[in-house]
Amino acid sequence: MLYLLLAAEFVAAAQVLVYAGAVVVMFLFVIAYLGGRADAPWAGTPSLQSLAAIVAAAAIAVEIVVVIALKAGDELSSPAQVEDSFGSPAEIGRLFLGDHLLAFEVTSIVLLVAAVGGVILGSAVPKEKRS
Amino acid sequence: MPGPGVAAYLILSVILFATGAFGVLIRRSPLIVLLALEIMLNAGNLALIAFARQTGTGAGQIFALTVMVVAAAEAVVGLGLIVAVSRRHMDLDVDKLTTLRG
Repeated sequence: MLYLLLAAEFVAAAQVLVYAGAVVVMFLFVIAYLGGRADAPWAGTPSLQSLAAIVAAAAIAVEIVVVIALKAGDELSSPAQVEDSFGSPAEIGRLFLGDHLLAFEVTSIVLLVAAVGGVILGSAVPKEKRS
Repeated sequence: MPGPGVAAYLILSVILFATGAFGVLIRRSPLIVLLALEIMLNAGNLALIAFARQTGTGAGQIFALTVMVVAAAEAVVGLGLIVAVSRRHMDLDVDKLTTLRG
């Protein structure tokens, strides 16, 4: 994985756990629950919206690639020297519970609110709301 | 750094982000739109980690982990909304879900 090349072992492990373990499985469950729906945006003649989408996405890509290419010669080409413990779980833990304690606590609140919201949204629909 | 420089990672990140933006803009199904959003968030994560390696500071990795948590929370709430919408027998089409529009 690319994160391992970038000396981010803990982030790579967390990425595998969160995405392969949680997000993809949740998407699969919802797709299985809802059934496959036909979604073919390129059927028929291309609409104005799809043309605008292509132009916007290509514009983002071209702009940023040009900026990177302009800057690639100087400061982008000299990475810092880091020791072996960079990106290790111990280092991440020290940073999270030291310099970034507020982000850590806010993260826990975000997770709690998301869990409660998921349960509420996924619970049964009231009878009178059903149309 | 062994391997490619930071510019290569940034260009891959830009390609991922443009793919995600294209998917968000062109797809109608909210499920696919959510997946494309995840692609965009991962592109941001890749850029953050590439810069963290570039500058030798750990704050970028902390930020990437926080973004990952936010992405997971967003997937939970978005999928809950999609299931709730489909239970009310409404069309799963982001162009037709205009009930909340002011």
